[in-house]
Amino acid sequence: MSKYYLGVDLGSTTSKAVIINEKDEIIGKGITNTRANYKVAADIARQEAVYDTRFTLLNQNLRVESGLPENIEDLLVSLDDAFHFLEFDIRLQKLYNEFLKVGKSAFDNKLSKLILAELPGLIDQIRPQIKEAYLHGGLARKSQFFRDVVNEQYTQAVDSLETEYFEKFMLVFDKSITPVENEMIEFDFKQLATDALNMLLEAGDYPELTAGSKLYQKVAKQIQIIADEKIDITNMVGTGYGRALLPFPESCIKSEILCHAFGAHAVFPNTRTVLDIGGQDTKAIQVDGYGLVTSFHMNDRCAAGCGRYLGYIADELNISLNELGPLAMEAEKQVNICSTCTVFAGAELRELLNVGEKRSDILAGLHRSIVMRAMSLIARSGGVHNEFTFTGGVARNQAVLKYVSAMIHESYGEDITINVHTDSIFMGALGGAMFARRNIDVDLPEKQKRSRAKAV
Amino acid sequence: MAQEVTKEKSMLLQKKMIGGLFDELAHVKESGKKVVYTFVPGNLSELIRAFDMLPVYPEINALQSGMKKRSGGFIKEAEKLGHSEDVCTYVKCDVGMFLNGNKGPADTQIPPPDLLLLSYTGCFTFMKWFETLDRIYPGVEVAMLHTPYQEDGKITPEMRAYMVKQLKEEVIPKMEKVSGKKFDEAKLKENLQHSADAEDYLVQIFESAKHKPSPIDGYFAGVYYIGPVNIGFRGTPEATEYYKQLLIEIKERIRLGKGPVTPEGEMKKERFRLVVEGPPNWTNFREFWKMFYDLGVVIVASSYTKVGGVFDLGFRHNPEKPLESLSDYCMTVYTNHNLPQRIDLLSKYIKEYQADGFLVNSIKSCNSFSAGQLMMMRTLEERLEVPVGFIESDLVDPRYFSFSNIKNRLDSFFQMLEQRKIILNQKTPVA
Amino acid sequence: MSDKTKNIDQILSFCKEAAFDLQFTEAAKCKAAEENRVLIGYMPIYFPRELVHAMNGLAVGIMGSGDRKQIVKGDAYYQSYICHMPRGLIEMALDGHFDEMDGFLFPSICDVIRNLSGMFQILGKGKFAKYLDYPQDFNRETGGVFYRNELKIIIDHITKINGVKLDKDRLNESIKLQNLNRRMLNEIYDIRQQFPWRLSAVELYHLQRAGIVIPVEQHNNMLHDVLDYIREDVGTPMDKIKVVVSGSFCEQPPIGLIRSIEQAGCYIVDDDFLIGSRWIEGQIDDQSDDPLTALANAYVDMSTFSSSVYDVNNHKGIRLAALAKKRKADGIIFAAPSFCDPALLDRPILQKDCEERDIRYISIKFSENTGQFKVIKEQVGAFSDSIKLWDEPVTV
Repeated sequence: MSKYYLGVDLGSTTSKAVIINEKDEIIGKGITNTRANYKVAADIARQEAVYDTRFTLLNQNLRVESGLPENIEDLLVSLDDAFHFLEFDIRLQKLYNEFLKVGKSAFDNKLSKLILAELPGLIDQIRPQIKEAYLHGGLARKSQFFRDVVNEQYTQAVDSLETEYFEKFMLVFDKSITPVENEMIEFDFKQLATDALNMLLEAGDYPELTAGSKLYQKVAKQIQIIADEKIDITNMVGTGYGRALLPFPESCIKSEILCHAFGAHAVFPNTRTVLDIGGQDTKAIQVDGYGLVTSFHMNDRCAAGCGRYLGYIADELNISLNELGPLAMEAEKQVNICSTCTVFAGAELRELLNVGEKRSDILAGLHRSIVMRAMSLIARSGGVHNEFTFTGGVARNQAVLKYVSAMIHESYGEDITINVHTDSIFMGALGGAMFARRNIDVDLPEKQKRSRAKAV
Repeated sequence: MAQEVTKEKSMLLQKKMIGGLFDELAHVKESGKKVVYTFVPGNLSELIRAFDMLPVYPEINALQSGMKKRSGGFIKEAEKLGHSEDVCTYVKCDVGMFLNGNKGPADTQIPPPDLLLLSYTGCFTFMKWFETLDRIYPGVEVAMLHTPYQEDGKITPEMRAYMVKQLKEEVIPKMEKVSGKKFDEAKLKENLQHSADAEDYLVQIFESAKHKPSPIDGYFAGVYYIGPVNIGFRGTPEATEYYKQLLIEIKERIRLGKGPVTPEGEMKKERFRLVVEGPPNWTNFREFWKMFYDLGVVIVASSYTKVGGVFDLGFRHNPEKPLESLSDYCMTVYTNHNLPQRIDLLSKYIKEYQADGFLVNSIKSCNSFSAGQLMMMRTLEERLEVPVGFIESDLVDPRYFSFSNIKNRLDSFFQMLEQRKIILNQKTPVA
Repeated sequence: MSDKTKNIDQILSFCKEAAFDLQFTEAAKCKAAEENRVLIGYMPIYFPRELVHAMNGLAVGIMGSGDRKQIVKGDAYYQSYICHMPRGLIEMALDGHFDEMDGFLFPSICDVIRNLSGMFQILGKGKFAKYLDYPQDFNRETGGVFYRNELKIIIDHITKINGVKLDKDRLNESIKLQNLNRRMLNEIYDIRQQFPWRLSAVELYHLQRAGIVIPVEQHNNMLHDVLDYIREDVGTPMDKIKVVVSGSFCEQPPIGLIRSIEQAGCYIVDDDFLIGSRWIEGQIDDQSDDPLTALANAYVDMSTFSSSVYDVNNHKGIRLAALAKKRKADGIIFAAPSFCDPALLDRPILQKDCEERDIRYISIKFSENTGQFKVIKEQVGAFSDSIKLWDEPVTV
């Protein structure tokens, strides 16, 4: 039986899980933004990673089968998209139920009636659009969370009602979303994957895929096999901001500094400096040839320069976090930002808007100021002398990436290689999984003994 | 506090001494004794005692208020009066304590000063602090003793002459005036001899941490050890007796191969030895200490325990040269050292105490320590290839102590040390 | 435009450039002009430039990078709760802005500047980096003697670099030039007290700040011309209150802040922005047989007040109040840099002194690279209006 290793990275804004095989290859990953509690977050991320693993295995198994069409890879991607939509759809149903509950309880009779009357129509309006985005827009791969997906469509739909009760409808959403988002839903992989396959069949995007066709049968059969396979986690390691709260034995908890460095180094073995910008912390880490940390620096107490700061700015501008980077990329210039202090940034932002600065230009300045903070941390930790790897959720922000690249080259030379992985947000979880596979006792000796005892 | 677990004889002695002082302070009205407010670094304890006056150390009161969880309220009250959130919280805590009736850490009355003796050594804020007190107690005598900074890493004859002249013409005359007593040089000399004796013991006590395992924690417990010399008992036979006793106890611990005493009993296994730069946090002192001893981390040497004097570099009070030695004392305390000297001292500690790592606790309130710490840290890292760690907190502002923030950094640091140990032992790749 | 106006415009635009020239081009020119000439950089607040002048040198005031430089490396050296100025100074040092300087002086202002002297020593910048420990004892025989010795150490440093020995007559001559400089600057302040519209606070700032990076002779010529110009009735008065600005003696306020205060309805009739230029309140003896002692005595006897000094017998609150009265100011603006220990710790004391004397005040905080002044403008505007319209005391 195959052995799998799990790494869970509990961040302050998102939780990530990565499953690797015995060759350190990532075969499954999951992410969630739930803030219910760390256990739920870890469970959801882990569950996602397990589904993802099954898809990887499905892919592997089908790839070795003969007689399949050339575009089987595309089909599997579509299958994955459909699977994610079905997951989404189940949660949407729960959200709708929650809407009804809130609609009934939160308003007086008259208003309640009015709202309840509109809710079915609203859901009917947004569901097909989201479905389309999943099936043909690659929404599943756009790292958007349930909340973001629904919020955008729902707001538009309510807007189109042109009702005087706009705020009330938004209240329904605000009150309902969190419990639904935080609910751990056990999906039936076999059922969902089969449904997804049938959905593809119905959609007719793949002419070869017809009812009773060989292709259909092969895929369906593999789904049965994979769904029955036991994904056995041999060892696991938890890391991240909330790691101390994970329901893991102490021997399976490791510092995210070590994990991020180890993960980034595994993907880019020539890396000697790792910058990780997460929600709560920014870290500049120096590693040796083995991926082990030789020194690190974290942002000081002030949260300026972390993902949190961006979240705060997004809230100030009333846009989603994902829109920040693209908007900043539209800038024609960078407005000079003085206060990288989260507390003052809001005031400064409003003042700049008042004096007529463009949103994109201000955002460009803000992104730049965050990167400057990170650059000073890198300088504190000893600078960049070799390959540089940028990890963490903020690495997905194009504007941040742009400034990081520019400033690294400016300060440390044009020939410095800068690595960013599409899965940069998963580096900590990857490092954790790798530690789990090695069972390296990076923890204190006393705990090592205990963990060894357990292993025996 | 450490005393609660194993009440060794020295702990009881210290408790009695300090209790007695606060008791005496509470009864100055009856005794007629005069009260001198002064600061720990460069304090002239022997001279104050020679005039039979009693010392009050505002920063000791502040740190005690921190430990007793009162500082937060005091600071807020001072800020309401216009004190900036940016500045030293010791000062604000002291102002707040005054506004609340000047009840000290032992809940006894702290009497108002008869003399503000500003021997401001190594810290500009002391000067501002006394200007603040000067306004709180208008009309009180102020004696200024300006201690020149060791800007070039040494004490010159001119610096010493300046100090002695200030002592002779400013400090002693004001003390005579306030106390109504003539300066008694013989008594001062006697006190200085007591100081020198206590200092001999103190050096041996701190140097005991060179032993493996270290029988003491040179930071968290160290701040208790420096208590008597730093709060007015330097120059008294009681202090000498205390340190003599403490040394006996420590020697016994070494004989038995025991580690340091912590608030939760004896630390069982020494895993890492650290040198720490910077003052501790007082509001969460125990929690803070626990993050170390829980993981078997012992602080073998620290710069903070040298704010009242760096005796391990050889300075001793000298009865043969009373005023010169008081001057030299003021000029040799840690925060009166320039940055290259500080780096040299820490470097010596890291090497001689065989530390596994160097940690900076950067204190928001205290620029005398904090400004330049990052550079000191990097220099040490480069010079000695020692792993370094960096955390931030404050002296007595509870708003500035973030448990998870510090714990997160410390855990990462300790795990890094562990990894390094494994590598150094195995010298083989892990991957 | 008259020739006179043209000349003044030229002077002011030169000063505007020189004041914020982070490359110190004028100083470098001066150094290149003569062999063995040294440049000695000094940080705020005060340094007797005469001394360096007498030894074939130029003392160059280093007032920080202001809002003219992006700080990255500097932040690597300082925690977030330390003021902005030293970050800029380190950044400049690392970027080679000070490469022409032969030595550095760090007058005792606070612990941050004191420790910065050690950082320069470690960085190996210049041939010497000396913390100049100003005495807090104001007796000639005690503090004065100590201070004279501090100056001696600087003299030795310079002699080691350029071989020049201190000469009595040359120092007297330098003192004379610097006396003239102080006298003219004070006269400008005196004129502005009555006719503040004749030269704006920003123009005065540029004029004054340029003066610390160029030779005193050159600056004296400019001051002469400016004085000549503003002795006449130029400009148009506006309905503004008069204020003294206090607390910005080290890290400098951005020009935008000074401008905002004047735009928001205040004439700044005195300030401590570049207090070093007017530190000595009076004329130093320039005929002495021992001019070095004269310099030391001037410090002991004639120093102005400052948050970096605790002159036990000469309370600065009283002196600040006296200054406001002398300048017939309507109020005081306490403008301190964020995290400035001396200014912010003094603030409650000085505010109390103001309250006891019914002097109106407001308090603001800035950093040398502050870029937005809307809030400050509103605050200052409200302060000005309240005094103009209602004449009611306000405290903010």
